[in-house]
Amino acid sequence: MCLGIPGQVVEVTDAEKRIALVDVGGIKRPINLACVVESPEAMSEAPGMWVLVHVGFAMSRINEEEAHKTLELLQELGELQEEMRNAAAQVA
Amino acid sequence: MKRSSTITLAHGSGGRATRELIDSVLLKHFGKPDQSGLQDQALFAVEAQARLAFTTDSFVVNPLFFPGGDIGKLAVTGTVNDLAVGGATPLMLSCAMILEEGLELEVLEQVVQSMARTAEEAGVSIVTGDTKVVERGAADRMFLNTSGVGLVPHGVHIASYRATPGDQVLVSGFVGDHGAAIVDARGELHLDIPVQSDCQPLNGLMQVMLEACPDLHCVRDATRGGLATVLNEFASDSGVCLGLEESRIPVREVVRGVCELLGLDPLYLANEGTLAAIVPGDATEQVLEAMRRHPAGREACRIGEVREAPGQTVLLRTPFGTERVLDVLYGDQLPRIC
Amino acid sequence: MQYVNEFRDPEKAQVLIREIQGLTEELGATSESPIRIMEVCGGHTHTIFKFGLEQLLPDSIELIHGPGCPVCVLPMGRVDDCVALAEREEVILTTFGDAMRVPGSRKSLLQAKADGADVRMVYSPADALKLAQQNPEREVVFFGLGFETTMPSTALTVLQAASEGLSNFSLLCNHITIPQTLQALLDTPDLRIDAFIGPGHVSMVIGTEAYGFIAAQYGKPLVVSGFEPLDVLQSVWMILRQMQSGRCEVENQYRRVVPDSGNPAAQNAVAQVFELREFCEWRGLGSIAQSGVQLRKEYAAFDAEHKFRVAPQQVADPKECQCGEVLQGRIKPPQCRVFGTACTPQTPLGALMVSSEGACAAYYNYGIGRHPEPQAA
Repeated sequence: MCLGIPGQVVEVTDAEKRIALVDVGGIKRPINLACVVESPEAMSEAPGMWVLVHVGFAMSRINEEEAHKTLELLQELGELQEEMRNAAAQVA
Repeated sequence: MKRSSTITLAHGSGGRATRELIDSVLLKHFGKPDQSGLQDQALFAVEAQARLAFTTDSFVVNPLFFPGGDIGKLAVTGTVNDLAVGGATPLMLSCAMILEEGLELEVLEQVVQSMARTAEEAGVSIVTGDTKVVERGAADRMFLNTSGVGLVPHGVHIASYRATPGDQVLVSGFVGDHGAAIVDARGELHLDIPVQSDCQPLNGLMQVMLEACPDLHCVRDATRGGLATVLNEFASDSGVCLGLEESRIPVREVVRGVCELLGLDPLYLANEGTLAAIVPGDATEQVLEAMRRHPAGREACRIGEVREAPGQTVLLRTPFGTERVLDVLYGDQLPRIC
Repeated sequence: MQYVNEFRDPEKAQVLIREIQGLTEELGATSESPIRIMEVCGGHTHTIFKFGLEQLLPDSIELIHGPGCPVCVLPMGRVDDCVALAEREEVILTTFGDAMRVPGSRKSLLQAKADGADVRMVYSPADALKLAQQNPEREVVFFGLGFETTMPSTALTVLQAASEGLSNFSLLCNHITIPQTLQALLDTPDLRIDAFIGPGHVSMVIGTEAYGFIAAQYGKPLVVSGFEPLDVLQSVWMILRQMQSGRCEVENQYRRVVPDSGNPAAQNAVAQVFELREFCEWRGLGSIAQSGVQLRKEYAAFDAEHKFRVAPQQVADPKECQCGEVLQGRIKPPQCRVFGTACTPQTPLGALMVSSEGACAAYYNYGIGRHPEPQAA
């Protein structure tokens, strides 16, 4: 099942049940964070967190570092291609 | 005699209760058409050579009130726009109501006031109508029908089969607002969607467009089925290809968000105050300038062009430079999780 | 939109396409003898069509659209079960939008609703639970469909219902599992698929190790992929790189969302509430062992099958259907004898036309096989 979309936790609405208001693409909705936040106490750290939302539940915490790494890899790949094109042009 | 606070079957009987309802609610807000008392019909003179435009629409929306509008506003706007996009100056509307027994009088009054306000905004009068009351359960609170007449000036010929290769495709503003606003109007999906319906009369905008270019080829407001459906109608009826640039089609960020969340496509969402137009290539700039000067067309833009082939097809160029066919849907879009 | 738009960058897409072109040449693939890659998930199919990725990829790569659409593979008999429940006076039948239009042998849920049954669309199983709390005199049944992505949400909802001691909430469970399905697919004779673009969101729950057998026993590389166009293209690139260096592994392209070990809290909730069914019927693929789940005995009070004595019915697809062949990648949708004629999204005969994620519905809606094919710029 596929339709999951990134959202950012805005504020905790029920720490005991681990529910928070999450902003998903500009739409706010109460989302259950039980799978990404270990305990009601840990909910205080939730605001600001990015999560992957599926049918009203957060199923994963988005790893911002990995996201950057992926984009950087593609950026570097692009630069490498550019270099090789320039090198080839010079030889020609 | 104490005035009832809900609609009863007596209000539909044609007798005194009916007359009281008409006077105290309908005429109070719509005004009397002329001094000769209430006749069974409204009369008006038509100059020779003018063509009469005539349209009708029924409105059965649930809920009656939604962000940015209500059934009344929708009813007036819908009929005014159907006339306006044909190049007609809308003149007068009829208003027929079927009310469910038990409907709160206050709700009726709010809807009627909304209709009166919208009619005034559009510069049309509501001159005739009918009111019926049915038993509880036989109607969903309120069904409305508005029919409208207008006059089409000489020389204006707007029709879905007039798109010609070389023409440009324009849209008057953000696409998908109404559909996004009502997608959770019943609150079943528990989404807080900060979008208002774009519901508004378009006759003012059409007037400035016609002044800039009397020879507009095709115009339609993109209601049910959205922009994609209207453009397919043009392509199909004219036998041409519409080539669109996906990145040029204006969609609000928050409407994109709703669509991503629910798996919907903004191009199929309904609009109630946005039109699509196909204009001759050399008139494009003037028409766009005129539209942008008007409040209903501030975000107007060119989204594509008309080509010869492949006929009867709408093609969408993605930001990746690839092209895909934008077809009509069969049935409504439903939110998906897949 | 953050974490979405950056992964739709056309320039980076071009970079990946160039790499892919180079690799396919190096590997000696041609349009007559292409590298065949199956994307499993309906969501990946959707991305491929929406962004026209097949036009960008060289002819020497062929994408086969796999069975990863839980709605498409919903057996008609199950829809009949839902309709029968919905038609009971006391029942409010809640379901995701996707399931509303799937035809049963008599009618779809949408038609049942039109005929007066109380069928309500929900975005989340939690909303179904709320309905049960608000309507104590009614029986609320939630039709739970979806792969492992959706199971934890349903499981948590059942646990919530149990902790609140609700007696009017139950689940009609049609959750199915991906790894067993992939195995069944791999076991079909003459299967010609070289590699897999693996499910992204199923994996965020179950992790990537679950696919190990595909590489180890069946010798097919699998790359777990995100759903944006750059994700899919990067996954294709990673597959080709494996082939170039003679590797055959399970790799993870979607690291920003998928941890290799998946989500333990989600897995625990699922394990607590569900157990594997012996057999589960998949429309178009037949019966697959251990590919579905059911509620454990401890939660029988929340099992609609138990509560309402639902006897699962088996309804065969019409014999004109060639869904199985399309799912296995043997034919493309327009090659099916009833594609676009007797079988359309409006009148779907088989599994792959019923949901917009199905390969046939996607082909139809994007005009392929009915309109001349568009060309890339």
